[in-house]
Amino acid sequence: MSPLKIKKGTSRHSAYDLRDPNAEVMETHTLAVIVDNEAGVLARVIGLFSGRGYNIESLTVAEVDHEGHRSRITVVTTGTPAVIEQIKAQLGRMVPVYEVHDLTVEGPAVERELALIKVAGIGEKRVEALRLADIFRANVVDSTLESFVFEMTGTSEKIDAFAELMRPLGLIEVARTGVAAISRGA
Amino acid sequence: MTKVMTGAKMVVQALKDQGVDVVFGYPGGAVLPIYDEIFQQNDIRHILVRHEQGAVHAAEGYARSTGKPGVVLVTSGPGATNAVTGITDALMDSIPIVVLTGQVPTFMIGNDAFQEADTVGITRPCTKHNWLVKDPDKVAETIHQAFQVATSGRPGPVVVDLPKDVQFATGTYTPPQKARMGHYAPKVKGDVDAITELAEMMETAKRPVFYTGGGVINSGPEASRLLRELAEATGFPVTSTLMGLGAYPASGPAWLGMLGMHGTYEANLAMHGCDLMINVGARFDDRITGRVADFSPKSRKAHIDIDPSSINKSIHVDVPIVGDVTHVLEDLLRIWKSRGAKTDKAGVAKWWTQIADWRAVDCLSFKNSAKTIKPQFAVQRLEALTKGRDRYITTEVGQHQMWAAQYLGFEDPHRWMTSGGLGTMGYGLPASVGVQVAHPESLVINVAGEASWLMNMQEMGTAMQYRLPVKQFILNNERLGMVRQWQELLHGERYSHSWSESLPDFVKLAEAFGAKGIRCDRPGDLDDAIQEMLDYDGPVIFDCVVEKHENCYPMIPSGEPHNKMLLGEASTSDAIGSSGAVLV
Repeated sequence: MSPLKIKKGTSRHSAYDLRDPNAEVMETHTLAVIVDNEAGVLARVIGLFSGRGYNIESLTVAEVDHEGHRSRITVVTTGTPAVIEQIKAQLGRMVPVYEVHDLTVEGPAVERELALIKVAGIGEKRVEALRLADIFRANVVDSTLESFVFEMTGTSEKIDAFAELMRPLGLIEVARTGVAAISRGA
Repeated sequence: MTKVMTGAKMVVQALKDQGVDVVFGYPGGAVLPIYDEIFQQNDIRHILVRHEQGAVHAAEGYARSTGKPGVVLVTSGPGATNAVTGITDALMDSIPIVVLTGQVPTFMIGNDAFQEADTVGITRPCTKHNWLVKDPDKVAETIHQAFQVATSGRPGPVVVDLPKDVQFATGTYTPPQKARMGHYAPKVKGDVDAITELAEMMETAKRPVFYTGGGVINSGPEASRLLRELAEATGFPVTSTLMGLGAYPASGPAWLGMLGMHGTYEANLAMHGCDLMINVGARFDDRITGRVADFSPKSRKAHIDIDPSSINKSIHVDVPIVGDVTHVLEDLLRIWKSRGAKTDKAGVAKWWTQIADWRAVDCLSFKNSAKTIKPQFAVQRLEALTKGRDRYITTEVGQHQMWAAQYLGFEDPHRWMTSGGLGTMGYGLPASVGVQVAHPESLVINVAGEASWLMNMQEMGTAMQYRLPVKQFILNNERLGMVRQWQELLHGERYSHSWSESLPDFVKLAEAFGAKGIRCDRPGDLDDAIQEMLDYDGPVIFDCVVEKHENCYPMIPSGEPHNKMLLGEASTSDAIGSSGAVLV
């Protein structure tokens, strides 16, 4: 018997390799997941992401087919290409899941988010806020003498930009829906 | 023809219609209506376990030894939470289990009622799927769906949570053929182009290896037959994971032994040096791959798996084939034969010469002793005295489990029940109970360690009650052997809490249960003692007193590639440095 000698320090010392084998560039993907609208289905999807250490950047869910009781979950996630593939496979094998679409790779898609943004202020700041809202095509859906609530739809970046502009003008609260997305064309 | 009945009666009717003959369970307040129905019929046998974890492991033993789903019935709250370890075990090892849990009445859910737990919430991440049934009309349909989900695709555990008021309420029974089965239908046929590509690769491979796993067993006996046919027709060597033992016979000419952390030298070096790896129903588990970056660096890899999420999860493969092993192997054989059944005979012959050299190392040899029983020797003798018999083996988790895998030979699938993925100490005794229930005339042996065995030893009561002649073969080293081994190798021989203090007298313990106890501590007495165990018509606890500090070899040190195996004591010094202490 000729035992193999292993020099000290040459070993990685663990069966769990701590190095990320997929140390590649991170990508952001938007997934549309069609599911049975049954009790706990959202918890299942969220639990999958948290349990396996995947990221959720944005998540929206609503029933889109009331007769068929199907919901559409739009989830924006980041990960290496291998991780994104895993996420899709893990989602796809869940019992209540019908379809998983990766809108980022399946072709051009439209992504929109709705935000309600409350800005308080008087005088010149108030006027400036209203002027910027006009530029961004935000609607005023509530108004007092010291505040506005703006409603705007757009890409997440556009909402970020608008909220950032509102900050020095008296931004006090932002409510966002998260991304809804759909492929272009038919 | 629809029938109106109570929810509890529907449960029993649905189980009958699913062909269930045995239920492993434990009653409690929230399942009393179902137990009342069980009392009033004779088609379904109920096995009363002593702890709900034991119920699930027993059901796993039943399922793995029969290929049929195992069924568990437990109450709400602690009944359900006690079952969680078993459910997680079944998920990790892909075992079809249907767990029925009682729940507090629907109007009390969320009120922190007595024995209430959020069972569907708790079991969501450890089941394939679970349901809370709030409508009596849905009870039967949900149970039928549960069986379908548990047994199709990659098998796994499911939970159906049944509130007590739903069990009392009446509704319309839905027979299986009328139940809406949902859309869950995993793909079983593999992609023909991919299979053809694999067939092409098989024609030119010089150093091929079949790396087989539990998927072959789960796919059914036909999968094992096809694997054997394929191995014989190609002459390619076969190795298997812990989960897949028995799919290819240990006596077969192509058998390399188990691979992985404690696998054989020849199997692991074949994995490392191959040019074509054909993964059949295995999942590149971390106990198999070692260091991922250096895993089988020169091979092209094909992967047959029914679960798309297993493909490219940890190891990138060149030819992924999503499908059921039986279907894919059938197509593979047909396509490969239709192309002329070619292999590179000269190349493969040279490969076998290389393998013979590795085999000659005799990696499972160990230094025997005339004074103390070496655990390897004990398992070898057990093998010698039970070989060829109608035998089922279960194990606990630890060194004894690896020795059982190394020194016992499995000729057929469904004969080997062990907790591979979750590594659940306490699995073996209840699993042996479940196996014996399914195969009352067969020899069922739990190869155990004393520490693991104590974790669910209450199930001896179950074995006694149902006259299940299970043999508990305990390799007693008064240590948590695998923990001790790792502490020796990784933690400077500081044996922190890894010995079994205040052990019971196992012979007296056996007698206290009404079973037979045998103690053996001399190698010379071993054969007679084992024979006495085998001859006894009833449960036996065999206290096999073995060498206390034996290590389990071969071993791939943590985080090393396959070609950096340790073969024995001589090679272990300085093998693993201090940084290994962070991980297992």
